[in-house]
Amino acid sequence: MAPETPPGRNESSPDPPPPPLPPRRKPSEGSLQVAFTKPIPTTAVSSVDIATLSFPDGTRGTFPTNTMRVVSSPIPGPSGHASPNRGSEDGLTDSMSVMSFAPTMRPPGDLASLVGGELNKKSRAWNMLRSQSATVPPFESVEEYGASDDLAGFEHEFDDIPDLTTEGVTDDQRLALWKSKMKHYMILSSAGKPIYSRHGDLSLVNSYMGIVQTIISFYEGASNPLLGFTAGNARFVIAIEGPLYFVAISRLGESDAQLRAQLDALYMQILSTLTLPTLKNIFVHRPSSDLRKPLEGTESLLSSLADSFSKGSPSALLGALECLRLRKSQRATITNAFLKVRSEKLLYGLIVAGGKLVSVIRPRKHSLHPSDLQLIFNMLFESGNVQAGGGESWIPLCLPAFNNRGYLYMYVSFFDPPSNTTTAEPAPSDPPTNPEEQIAIILISPDKESFYDLQEMRNKVADKLLANGGLALVAAALAASPDRSGRPALAAVAPGSPLSHFLYKSRANVQFCMPSLAPFLEHHAAAAAAPVVRRRLLSLYHRLHASMHAKHAHLRVLHSVGDGAASLAWITPVFELYCVAGPNVSRAAMTQGANKVVQWAKREEERLFIIGGGVF
Amino acid sequence: MADSAGAPRPSSSVKLVLLGEAAVGKSSLVLRFVNNDFQENKEPTIGAAFLTQKCNLPERTIKFEIWDTAGQERFASLAPMYYRNAQAALVVYDLTKPTSLIKAKHWVAELQRQATPGIVIALVGNKLDLTNDSAGSSGEGEGGGDDANDARKVPTEEAQTYAEQEDLLFFETSAKTGYNVTEVFTAIANAIPETSLKTARGPSGASGVNRSEEQRVNLNGPRDPNAKEGCAC
Ligand SMILES: Nc1nc2c(ncn2[C@@H]2O[C@H](COP(=O)(O)OP(=O)(O)OP(=O)(O)O)[C@@H](O)[C@H]2O)c(=O)[nH]1
Ligand SMILES: [Mg+2]
Repeated sequence: MAPETPPGRNESSPDPPPPPLPPRRKPSEGSLQVAFTKPIPTTAVSSVDIATLSFPDGTRGTFPTNTMRVVSSPIPGPSGHASPNRGSEDGLTDSMSVMSFAPTMRPPGDLASLVGGELNKKSRAWNMLRSQSATVPPFESVEEYGASDDLAGFEHEFDDIPDLTTEGVTDDQRLALWKSKMKHYMILSSAGKPIYSRHGDLSLVNSYMGIVQTIISFYEGASNPLLGFTAGNARFVIAIEGPLYFVAISRLGESDAQLRAQLDALYMQILSTLTLPTLKNIFVHRPSSDLRKPLEGTESLLSSLADSFSKGSPSALLGALECLRLRKSQRATITNAFLKVRSEKLLYGLIVAGGKLVSVIRPRKHSLHPSDLQLIFNMLFESGNVQAGGGESWIPLCLPAFNNRGYLYMYVSFFDPPSNTTTAEPAPSDPPTNPEEQIAIILISPDKESFYDLQEMRNKVADKLLANGGLALVAAALAASPDRSGRPALAAVAPGSPLSHFLYKSRANVQFCMPSLAPFLEHHAAAAAAPVVRRRLLSLYHRLHASMHAKHAHLRVLHSVGDGAASLAWITPVFELYCVAGPNVSRAAMTQGANKVVQWAKREEERLFIIGGGVF
Repeated sequence: MADSAGAPRPSSSVKLVLLGEAAVGKSSLVLRFVNNDFQENKEPTIGAAFLTQKCNLPERTIKFEIWDTAGQERFASLAPMYYRNAQAALVVYDLTKPTSLIKAKHWVAELQRQATPGIVIALVGNKLDLTNDSAGSSGEGEGGGDDANDARKVPTEEAQTYAEQEDLLFFETSAKTGYNVTEVFTAIANAIPETSLKTARGPSGASGVNRSEEQRVNLNGPRDPNAKEGCAC
């Protein structure tokens, strides 16, 4: 939470103040985007589809072509459908002949979907009608006709590659599986020692690590280190952090800046395990040290972090936190109860439900950084390490954005599901339910001996929240939404709008909100697996985000149509908004929907976001 | 060591710490004891987990306050915090991995040097289901056939001799099948000297070590791993 301070890493320091943080490479937004053509074969955005827009607040949209994907980048695929530009040209001529079958049609809109594939699946006239309708949901064309489906095989992205001991699998097969992954993350030491690879064991990856090390080292001597390159349709992005090389290899279409932010998060995870001085020490004495031993047991943390990026994380994309939507008075009830029983040993206290922040208490001069919270949430809700234990946990960890030189100690306990809230004691015996519904309390202290103090505080919080109904409120807020995520239904946010989904980030609060994903995923359930649909949506958000944040692109509003969906991005000093709708939704309708969302967010600001939190 | 026969069984807390090399199955033993459950591919513990579980003995109820520590080397320096006031320790090794017994011996030595004098220590060889001799995957059987194919790398006699020398309780267990898991905790509960129970929280000035008879491999024969343990309630 950094309500008064903009997101940054250096403003807060513990007491007494620690040495200043060492300079770290900031994700240099799109520094290389101009130099390197983007590798992404799909063209969600094409200049043809972009128009200038005027918005009520006076902002206007522009469409500088240098931020757009370069269409001439290598395009795989047999059909050429990967390029909607070409597709819609074909579509135009094709549609003329189709038009004669359906003389009552309006002029063609985006007909790329029509020429995408097997027309005879359904009658042409029906298709024609269907494709014109404003109710066509996003991505339907991609799913039904397989046009430019760059996510083929994504449902197997997270499957394990069989290891050497697995019988009946040849090395070639293992290699083929490894190559079929759309996203790789590798970490190695500058001496070339492998540290981590998301996919494949060392026997498989070792030689590639060697190549990567050779390439990076080759450039490192030069004043112009290698930051990224494109090979085929894969983008390589490299981050060098002291003695460590981080490499992301992606066919999912993120921008360099986005990939670099992901690598930065992996680096933060390593610092969180070791602290910076320890990391430096290891390599000062022996540059050829093997970091795998000191990092042992954290592979699952790195992998769950990596996978959250590959699945697509709105929180990571926006660099913002998500809060549980609660009435202001309800949140105040919880926060006040929390503050009242505060232990002297406490630095930060958090209550988190389904991965969303419910309440924060903190000292006046320290705010919590989204990147640190990302590490905590990843550990508690994504990886199995803590939850699986049951009971309470006491975890030393470094929060690098807070202070990368030392450890803090984190007390974690999961509350009983409020249905059987007969006891205020931690439930050691119930196996964790759906992580989306879990309510956790996190108490962080600089004192490693403070477990029993914090445990006592936790029990008092539990008693209070049970007595004043706070816990029940949280549970009710989760249960109120379609997927028990606590997120509102889109229809409740912008009734009657044709939007399918949106992300809204409050820039001042460094927090974001979004409607429930469930209706969106369910709608596509027949056509594709939920993770694929989700990724398709998140890929679109990534592209929008990249366009808006590309260097020298002073975009305020961007409307684009393509890839089976229409989208709108809108940035003001107050917020960033990204909306997605079906391909035939008109600009005017989208604008209207976007306005509804903005009005809603303004009206609900104090429910959606934690402003300030409980300060002591 | 048994005394009063009051209507409500006297209940006391016992602090117990689990120590041992990474991945020997400490968390799995606790999960079996507390939840009667097992997970293949359990993730490594980070830091330590704190759990409680009651154990009903004929004359009293023992409430175990269990510290399940992480075996990874980098957490080793935190261990004293967990064993400092402990009345009992479970030092676990993986009987398919000889180095883990060496590590276990180090822990025993450290406990004898630094922990509360009189701490009850149980040495536990886990993953018995991977061997052929007893309590195999079916959770039954006994005896010690030295089959060439089995994964056992630490002979029972070796560990047991060491345990006797050092005055430790000794068990071979399988968290996977549940074999002997409850027995370990029951034996510890029985071995806790009455004097240290009176002052459940503090390190009692310690006293004569009151060891139970159960220092041998417990070959109780088949147990139904699915039955809720008599001790776990
Ligand atoms: N076959 C078999 N596997 C076991 C047994 N106990 C644990 N395992 C497995 O061994 C692995 C490690 O078990 P854990 O319980 O996490 O080990 P740990 O000692 O807690 O490890 P750390 O927390 O890293 O110190 C897991 O994959 C378990 O499923 C057992 O009795 N038999
Ligand atoms: Mg463990």
